[in-house]
Amino acid sequence: MKASNSYIGRPMDRVEDLRMVRGRGTYVADVNRPDQLYGVILRSSVAHGKIRSIDFTRALELPGVKLVLTAADLGATVPRIPVRLQPLPELEPFRQPMLADRKVRYVGEPIAVVIAESAAIAEDALEHIDLDIERLPAITNREQVEAAASVLFEDHGSNTAITWKALLGDADAAFKTADYVRRERFQIQRHTAMFMEPRGFVAEWDAEAAKLTVWGAAKLAWHNRRVLAAALGLDEDAVNLVEVDVGGGFGSRGEFYPEDYLIPAAAKIMQRPVKWTEDRREHMMSSNHAREIECNVEIAVSRDGRFLGLRGQIWADIGAYLRTNGSMGPRNVAQFMSGPYCFGNVDLKCSMLTTNKTPSGSYRGPGRFETDFIRERLIDIVARELKIDRLELRRRNLVADSQMPYRLPFITPSDSSNELDSGDYHAVFERCLKEFGWEERSKLRGKLVDGYYHGLGIGSFIEGGAAGPKEDARLVLETDGSLSVYLGSSAIGQGLETIMAQIAADATELPFEKITVNHGSTSHVKDGYGSYHSRSTVMGGSSILLAGEKLKELIRETAAKRFNCGPAEILIDGEQVSYAGNHLSLSKLSAVPLEVEASFYNTKHTWAYGTQAAHVAVDPGTGEVKVVDYLSVEDVGRMINPLTLHGQAIGAIVQGLGGALLEHLVYDTEGQLLTGSFADYLLPTASDFPNIRSITLELKPCPNNPLGAKGAGEGGVIPVGGVIGNAVADALFHLNVQPLELPLSPPRIWELIEEAHQQQLGSS
Amino acid sequence: MQVQFELNGEAVITDVEPRTTLADCIRDGLRKTGTHVGCEHGVCGACTVLINGDAVRACLVLAVQVQGDKVVTIEGLSGDELSPLQVAFRKHHALQCGFCTPGFITTAHALLTNEPNVNEERVRDVLSGNLCRCTGYIPIVEAVLDARIHYARGEE
Ligand code: FES
Ligand code: FES
Repeated sequence: MKASNSYIGRPMDRVEDLRMVRGRGTYVADVNRPDQLYGVILRSSVAHGKIRSIDFTRALELPGVKLVLTAADLGATVPRIPVRLQPLPELEPFRQPMLADRKVRYVGEPIAVVIAESAAIAEDALEHIDLDIERLPAITNREQVEAAASVLFEDHGSNTAITWKALLGDADAAFKTADYVRRERFQIQRHTAMFMEPRGFVAEWDAEAAKLTVWGAAKLAWHNRRVLAAALGLDEDAVNLVEVDVGGGFGSRGEFYPEDYLIPAAAKIMQRPVKWTEDRREHMMSSNHAREIECNVEIAVSRDGRFLGLRGQIWADIGAYLRTNGSMGPRNVAQFMSGPYCFGNVDLKCSMLTTNKTPSGSYRGPGRFETDFIRERLIDIVARELKIDRLELRRRNLVADSQMPYRLPFITPSDSSNELDSGDYHAVFERCLKEFGWEERSKLRGKLVDGYYHGLGIGSFIEGGAAGPKEDARLVLETDGSLSVYLGSSAIGQGLETIMAQIAADATELPFEKITVNHGSTSHVKDGYGSYHSRSTVMGGSSILLAGEKLKELIRETAAKRFNCGPAEILIDGEQVSYAGNHLSLSKLSAVPLEVEASFYNTKHTWAYGTQAAHVAVDPGTGEVKVVDYLSVEDVGRMINPLTLHGQAIGAIVQGLGGALLEHLVYDTEGQLLTGSFADYLLPTASDFPNIRSITLELKPCPNNPLGAKGAGEGGVIPVGGVIGNAVADALFHLNVQPLELPLSPPRIWELIEEAHQQQLGSS
Repeated sequence: MQVQFELNGEAVITDVEPRTTLADCIRDGLRKTGTHVGCEHGVCGACTVLINGDAVRACLVLAVQVQGDKVVTIEGLSGDELSPLQVAFRKHHALQCGFCTPGFITTAHALLTNEPNVNEERVRDVLSGNLCRCTGYIPIVEAVLDARIHYARGEE
């Protein structure tokens, strides 16, 4: 790409910041419409039961209460939320109804919507709804699934939805002949995105124009518009979803939830705008949970430390329903367990279990965080038992540059496969060791210093990104010479406006300051796919590049008419065009805006990759883990804005540390969520992890898109559980403590230490 | 009930229910939406405002409690030019989604006003009462440390 501008690759300050640091951002709770009503959701307090009756006569009598909606109002068949990713027919029975339909299946499931003149009145009204629910035994863990005291979906007859398989080579044969086989049981806890801005919507029905407008869209406006229009029986064109500032997404916000339908439906019935915002407790029981798995996994290794195979059974607890992307985590756990290593033979099954808990979905690095914990821990266990240095063991098995593209296991029942595109995994691994000072720090390994045992951990990872099929961009050269970019990608706090303006500036050679980026609202481009799977930069950015070329052609053609010459003779030079020494400013070029649209199509994923290392100190008395130093090195092919990318990397690592050490959505055996506030669900704070570093490389540009960029932004989170688990094991090497479960909370580590002491006493 | 206080330098009189929190009063009644609400139970700090110069969680205070007080929100700390803290937040990329930012800036402003020479540990300690899910805090701490000099010189 020839460009006189070179904004790509520069750490440009963000345009978004100018409004956000002054409190002038507009988040959905800041949107108000004249004459608006307020919605509040009545949620089940029972985990599993049959709804015998709902009586809301008393609620309707309260002054200011306008409407109570229940499933009975939603038609003969209650609409259900379609599965967005991997929509296999066998998953249909598990889709969630917009309101509980004869049964409730988790605490927090919407049963009714109350609409009133104020949120306070609507909340008061909840107390006046009489619910009669016949309780059924709650299913909250695998033992209860197996005991089958009750089933969530009677028609299906079992609490196992489907089983994903990842297959490569002949695993059984490999295990039969392997020198060494090791099997372990692992468990990852339920935790989730927990973005800071609660979800919300403001919906308005314009009866005269028969048009619906919904503020509060994120991530997937176009897809959600299709779903919403279909559920309400409207044409897509009659629905506009508007994206305002979004307070964090991380895979969870912007998926279609019941409220995405309920609030617009209420607005349409009431013919008045309706506003709804969830509170934190509601958020914790209604937005997607993630990551809860348990597994038995075996690794086969040759005497000289070559990985020969991976085999095992995983159980993913998906909660009460299959949400829009509920399959991604479970599928990815199976698909990516081999990670950046050559295994040759893989046979992994992942069964999705339905339980009476909040449904689950994607959270940054879905399935990959989980699977990396399992794999990297297994590798360290093997190294210890085969007495091979754990760095050496990894070097022997990382996929080599010469093996690219490298095939990943085949996945059923979706019958899909994938291959790693490019990368020098070995180089990044060595670079991480060097930058981390691994050798120097190794002197501290296992040492007790000031009451803390020191240990090092390492892990390598791959990060898939840039899911297809396409993204659209529309560029408009306004009559004043400024450029408006309209994009199908969505802003979820990742600095999209800045990054896309950088790309647009290079593509059109216009100054950065002259560009405005409009995103995420369905009125902007015909179609859009949104921001998930680390795809915005690659997909949205590439579509801008293509549109930029088209716009330059159009500018040349327009100018050629003015100068009476051929388009090829026109020179575009910053904010003006010239021909034979004559100049014309772009603001004088055309009386009407010049507009082009382009789509970028892509069927191949991008594969960023990297290595992370940790130095921890463990207090054997309390079980506390201090992160002394943490480093991530990742190759993203090409950076658009190092400032925002670095921010994403650090933020993702800290989220990973939260998942590894703190965060846990806990249920009791009755299916009650015990962690309903930030006092119980612990997020990392400013004093927890002060020492984190990240280095981003541009070693191997992606061969499959014009930017050469690879989706990045999730990567940081992926290996953290494994890296921390390995560092803790290393610190407690003398006790042979092997963390096999997350989170590694102080009580858990203390228990592991105690168990190890007991064992040592027993064997001595 | 009627409550009267000073908001960002201007006298306001407004009608509230006794149960209305200061956060709701400012946001819904007075339409100053820079103060954000992330938890409504006093843990996230997104709703932090200054009451008579102290950083206080507006979700834990009832509107009627600020009768006669001076309340300053993020809007009151913002002008046409960015303030030193705002410049530092931008420079250090101390925000991504920006939802937590007003709460961090009000909290940091109160801290630096009282302790312009504060050290890193103290900054971390004070900021640990505010949650941010995007940045991992490191750039926020850097930004606050960077802005100290302006408070020490009295240029805030
Ligand atoms: S909203 Fe007040 S502390 Fe969270
Ligand atoms: S920037 Fe998103 S929560 Fe802090």
